[in-house]
Amino acid sequence: MCSCGEEVKDARYEMLESILDNYRETTGKLIPVLQETQEIFGYLPQDAIREISRVLRIPASEIYGVATFYGQFHLKPRGKNIIKICTGTACHVRGGGKVLEALRESLGLKDGVNTTDDLQFTLDPVACLGACGMAPVMMVNDDVYGRLEPKDVAIILERYKTEETEEKGGQGCVA
Amino acid sequence: MRSLNEQRMMVQKKQDEQDKRIKIVIGLGTCGIAAGGNKIWEAVESELALQGLQADMVSTGCIGMCYAEPIMEVFVPGEPRVIYGNLTPEQAIEVVDLHLGKSEICLDYAIAQDPRGFEPIPYIPDLFQTPFYEKQTKTVLGRCGMIDPDNIEDYIARDGYVALEKVLSTFGPIELIEEIKNSDLRGRGGGGFPTGRKWEAAYQSQSDKKYVVCNADEGDPGAFMDRSVLEGDPHSLLEGMAICGYAIGADEGYIYVRAEYPLAIKRLKKAISDAEAMGILGKNILDSGFDFTIHITAGAGAFVCGEETALLHSIEGKRGMPRVRPPYPAQSGLWGQPTNINNVETYANIASIVRRGAGWFASMGTENSKGSKVFALTGKVKRTGLAEVPIGISLREIVFDIAGGIQDNKQYKAVQIGGPSGGCIPESLLDTPVDYDSLLELGAMMGSGGLVVMDESTCMVDLARYFLTFTQEESCGKCTPCREGTKRMLEILQRICEGDGKPEDIDTLERLARVIKSTSLCGLGQSAPNPVLATLKYFRSEYEAHIYDKRCLAGVCKNLLLFKIDQEKCKGCTLCKNVCPVDAIKGERKKPHYIDEEKCIRCGTCISKCTFDAIYRG
Repeated sequence: MCSCGEEVKDARYEMLESILDNYRETTGKLIPVLQETQEIFGYLPQDAIREISRVLRIPASEIYGVATFYGQFHLKPRGKNIIKICTGTACHVRGGGKVLEALRESLGLKDGVNTTDDLQFTLDPVACLGACGMAPVMMVNDDVYGRLEPKDVAIILERYKTEETEEKGGQGCVA
Repeated sequence: MRSLNEQRMMVQKKQDEQDKRIKIVIGLGTCGIAAGGNKIWEAVESELALQGLQADMVSTGCIGMCYAEPIMEVFVPGEPRVIYGNLTPEQAIEVVDLHLGKSEICLDYAIAQDPRGFEPIPYIPDLFQTPFYEKQTKTVLGRCGMIDPDNIEDYIARDGYVALEKVLSTFGPIELIEEIKNSDLRGRGGGGFPTGRKWEAAYQSQSDKKYVVCNADEGDPGAFMDRSVLEGDPHSLLEGMAICGYAIGADEGYIYVRAEYPLAIKRLKKAISDAEAMGILGKNILDSGFDFTIHITAGAGAFVCGEETALLHSIEGKRGMPRVRPPYPAQSGLWGQPTNINNVETYANIASIVRRGAGWFASMGTENSKGSKVFALTGKVKRTGLAEVPIGISLREIVFDIAGGIQDNKQYKAVQIGGPSGGCIPESLLDTPVDYDSLLELGAMMGSGGLVVMDESTCMVDLARYFLTFTQEESCGKCTPCREGTKRMLEILQRICEGDGKPEDIDTLERLARVIKSTSLCGLGQSAPNPVLATLKYFRSEYEAHIYDKRCLAGVCKNLLLFKIDQEKCKGCTLCKNVCPVDAIKGERKKPHYIDEEKCIRCGTCISKCTFDAIYRG
């Protein structure tokens, strides 16, 4: 492990402490705690799980059980931009599979790998984004894009590759 | 008890003032945003400033016409509301310049008008007489797309919280439950259990602490009516839950929303804090002595959490696995306390029932299924969107009249109703009335109301495989039939789609399906085989074609396709030959080419390159 991120790491663990303080007395806290922890780190690092276990007095095995049950939690680092591509029925029958293929190709992801090597993008196929009338649909971070065609994918990704993200919001892809 | 009448009058006055000004409404539900609604907003905002035009800009939820998004409506005092659809930012600017600047309607982009109370504008269709609207009855969706969901005053001005006031001042819990029972409202989440009886059971359970839970974990792919209510009319859900709390004697409620709906969560949070600030939620509601607070729990991505006992485990912070019932949640639910669980659409019906009476509600629908139901129209139809219709209308009316039939002049093949747990319905059964019981007889189910329409280009075996992939991935793994059985079924379907199907596979699938249905622990497992059984029942010949003839007639299953070049159409341009990654295309320049079937990997690259439409799948 490199230690150049030491100071940053400390700040993040301080944030974790304050989350844990907020939830000390709450019942049914584990899932919101994990959600907020993941917001800080982008995933659930082992050290953070140990810390949650120690402060909230929940066995690490139980936390691990919950974290691996839900699709939302990740035990490995994730990309800076999260692409949620809908694989729901409506998107499936309107060619969502081809959009997914185009994404994989554009990002250069091999089968079974969902995060790019440079940690820029993570591809997250999800069950349904609930914008079925606009199928096929994907979300990049919080921006929704509908009526997609495979050729739109590269253009959209390009916007997120640079630092600037001013071009926000769905752009209503050329239908 | 304090009444909201004074507020209502004040809000009304304020809104009457607003109605004297020009208003531009832009749909900014998730669908609207996906279609580019934000861009329209920005374009209109800057054009108004540029031209020095005065108009109020308001955002609203989904009005159900996803096919026409982005949508912009223009209200000019004294004139009908004009709805413009399928706009680009440039067109929106054109509309602003013409309609506001020159007082001319932009006929090119106007898709409908709402002439109620005004002299109609010629040449623009009346919204309520368009084929999409004509057969609809809006109860649950009545306010969606008409109000600003972030503004509690908009809700109050449109009969909002009237029902809660009525209940707190004039009803006892028993009377209230009786009223809900008389309406014959059945759960809109899928199972269709009578809501009044559910409430009664929770009411009868003795305990100091009870809970009201709303299932907003709309997991069925192809269904988005709950999202539309959460994003477009969040207060209607809060009102329904508070009324339920009063009926069963609960002072706390939880809304379990899936994490994929960030906008819904944001709007719900705002709605709850606004209602609390006005004393409509929280302690001593409207000085009646009734306390009710609502919390939001964001789901963490597990389809099985739509099952009620799994959902409760998830709120408690555990793995969302279902458990055996009884005891039912009405006896032992959240943290072991009596709990009532309904879904969003069910709660959203409650206030209207209380306000307009059980008789009004029961006057819609069929013998055993009353009221109206929202359907999500998706797939290969011309008009996608949300439609609320009286229960009992035929599927044909929904698919062909409201949704406008199949896109691109293709042939209808089937409609999948009820999500991955439902079934598909062929052309011959399209005249079936849509109600809970008729659909069950056909091997489908009402489910949450998602309708995915498929045309001739959908392979039904591939579709069954798709659904099984979904349920198999989402199986929580607790009980063996679901965990192992769906996996075995999926392997068989995989093999059939790849061209390795065996003659005995159909029998094996049917046997496995029967066992999984009858022995699984929860609804997910019990209904997982439905898509396979339904496709086997109505589209058996497609399975047989895959297994015996090694052919996929819809042209979807790659291994079963043969790519051919039409010798008449081919000009010998060599484009296809050059792009073929495995050199399977042979032929001389300017002479018809042909494909070597042995070498072809069926990638389809040649089809997309051919400019003469000479290559086809057969």
